[in-house]
Amino acid sequence: MSAIAPPFPEAARKQLANPQLRANLRRATSTIKAKRALRQAEMADWEELRAAAAAIKDRMISQMDVYLEQAEAALTRAGAQVHWARDADEANSVVTALVQATGATEVVKVKSMLTQEIGLNDALRRAGIAPFETDLAELIVQLGHDTPSHILVPAIHRNRAEVREIFLAEMGLVGRPAPPDLSSDPNDLAAAARAHLREKFLRAKVGISGGNFLIAETGTLVVVESEGNGRMCLTLPETLISVVGIEKVLPTFQDLEVFMQLLPRSSTGERMNPYTSMWSGVTPGDGPSNVHVVLVAGGRLKALAEPAARPMLRCIRCSACMNTCPVYQKVGGHAYGSVYPGPIGIVLTPQFRGLDTPLDRSLPFACTLCAACADVCPVKIPLPDLIVRQRHKVAVAKTADLRPHLEVLAMAGAGWLFRRGWRLALAGWALSVVGRLRGARGAIGPLPWPMSRWTRARDLPAPPRQSFRAWWRRGSR
Amino acid sequence: MITARDAIFAQIKAALATAPPAPPAAAPSSLTSPGSLDTTEWRDGEATSTASSTVDDAVVTLFAERCGDYGAAVVRVPSRDAATEAARLLADHGVESVVAPEGIGAALLAALANAGIRAVGDTPPLSAAELDQLDGVVTACRVAIAETGTLVLDHAADQGRRALSLVPDTHLCLVRAEQIVAAVPQAVTRLRPSVAAGRPLTWVSGPSATVDIELTRVEGVHGPRTLLVVVAE
Repeated sequence: MSAIAPPFPEAARKQLANPQLRANLRRATSTIKAKRALRQAEMADWEELRAAAAAIKDRMISQMDVYLEQAEAALTRAGAQVHWARDADEANSVVTALVQATGATEVVKVKSMLTQEIGLNDALRRAGIAPFETDLAELIVQLGHDTPSHILVPAIHRNRAEVREIFLAEMGLVGRPAPPDLSSDPNDLAAAARAHLREKFLRAKVGISGGNFLIAETGTLVVVESEGNGRMCLTLPETLISVVGIEKVLPTFQDLEVFMQLLPRSSTGERMNPYTSMWSGVTPGDGPSNVHVVLVAGGRLKALAEPAARPMLRCIRCSACMNTCPVYQKVGGHAYGSVYPGPIGIVLTPQFRGLDTPLDRSLPFACTLCAACADVCPVKIPLPDLIVRQRHKVAVAKTADLRPHLEVLAMAGAGWLFRRGWRLALAGWALSVVGRLRGARGAIGPLPWPMSRWTRARDLPAPPRQSFRAWWRRGSR
Repeated sequence: MITARDAIFAQIKAALATAPPAPPAAAPSSLTSPGSLDTTEWRDGEATSTASSTVDDAVVTLFAERCGDYGAAVVRVPSRDAATEAARLLADHGVESVVAPEGIGAALLAALANAGIRAVGDTPPLSAAELDQLDGVVTACRVAIAETGTLVLDHAADQGRRALSLVPDTHLCLVRAEQIVAAVPQAVTRLRPSVAAGRPLTWVSGPSATVDIELTRVEGVHGPRTLLVVVAE
């Protein structure tokens, strides 16, 4: 996907041309943003909670091996089978083999960022296993042959009329069809999803989930959700496979008191989300009897290896940063070409995937450095610092390229110019001649290529009528 | 051949070796050995042990208000009337059959029978399809949280296994006033013995809901669409 996806500026231009998308995004992000602010204001100790969350996560990061060993031992004691995966391919083959061992040809899935990151659904389909997403928004995305545009409300780019059309056209192809007289009222649409998915839940043999938290001391997995589809997938099937990033481990059960206050308020702006499930391995007579946990390292080890990048491993995927981001609010999630959009996406994606593609190199620049994200982040990730750091890495990568980059040449030119005072004086005089000839004030509009690459998104100030040196000489005389 | 596990641990250790020395890791607490549970260890300044709780009326009032904010129907009644009130609420909501966990208590079963509501036990365990045929479920809870209006079930005998409070469309939950704590931290503390005993937990805040279509809140997707709460004081 990353190999063919266009760089952010091109993708953003396409998204911006869609007025429906912009209206949906504006409404959605401003609503959630206002609710989040309201729920934050209710908490007198919000800043202390954020500091505690950051400290707990940092403690986990600095001793990750110890806590992962504790978690593995606790999970095993509780009757779960623990598997490890170095990367996406390994995780996908582990999960596929586990599903195949049950003989099932379909699985029900709880919304999980990690399974999207590793492309699990495609891997399962290649093995002849049908994965059914059960979160309402993920169902809309899956039935619409689409990709998510937001990590929390993935169908934020679709309106009710579009959802109705998708349900009418697609539900019947994969299961119980939508009623032919379906209206576009969200209540009716949700009821259609309930009926469509219920038959799948009741017959499902295998459920696949992610995990918001994994408690090291008890092996307890936590899934935070709204609709109850998570509870269905975690409770009804005989086999449950949870795919969890190694950075999701928390030292103690008591640590949840911090995160269960921060996460719902930061993500959906609720005091508490409707449903949270916590389970430790197998409970005899209650829920799945065959419980697997697949711990995935992926790009997380690359972040761990760079001390300055480690704070990004604190992320609890709440999406507060994207809802508050002025860039995300305008372009939405698709332009980022990654499952992680917005401020956290533009640091995580290049960290996990590297800086080999034009897209991944463009991502750290999809930001105005306004720092609104740093203010709302519940785990105090210094996002602007991390973004600047990724930009630095892009600049270093460009300098190292064999192909000359315009920007690198321009910087070399500027360096040459500034190295001698007389060169700068000459350049200042030449510019002031242009300024006097041109006569106009304000800004210069679009320039021809190659300068168009700068001016198509920015104004270039008009050259002044006199250089600073000339002005200084006149003033001091 | 090197296993994925060994490779991951080797890489983590190598990565962490470059960092300044870390604070000592938190040792697993006595949570992991249920036999050595010492409840006094976990008190956080307030009376958090279930045995010695006192009931604060303001906390109960806040719970009723916040739980109601989610669209749940919450009623407060004296303990002796709780069973009758629960049966009445269910009948008012058109519930004709419920699954009742084994430990729910004779008083409630009698009240249900009086109200003409058929109560079905879960022994032997009902299938998911059988549960889907029932109108509702009655359960107790382990802890309730005032600040967030949350019920927490630990699926003990008076609450039944997880599927019971999930598949039927109406969930009636009986809460004893002394089970209500002010905020999330006290609830987490009170839940530690349940987790130590290996019990799963389900935190319920209002009926099932989604905002996935144009951020319009819709109550009831997959979990129970109606949540009824009886607080016994």
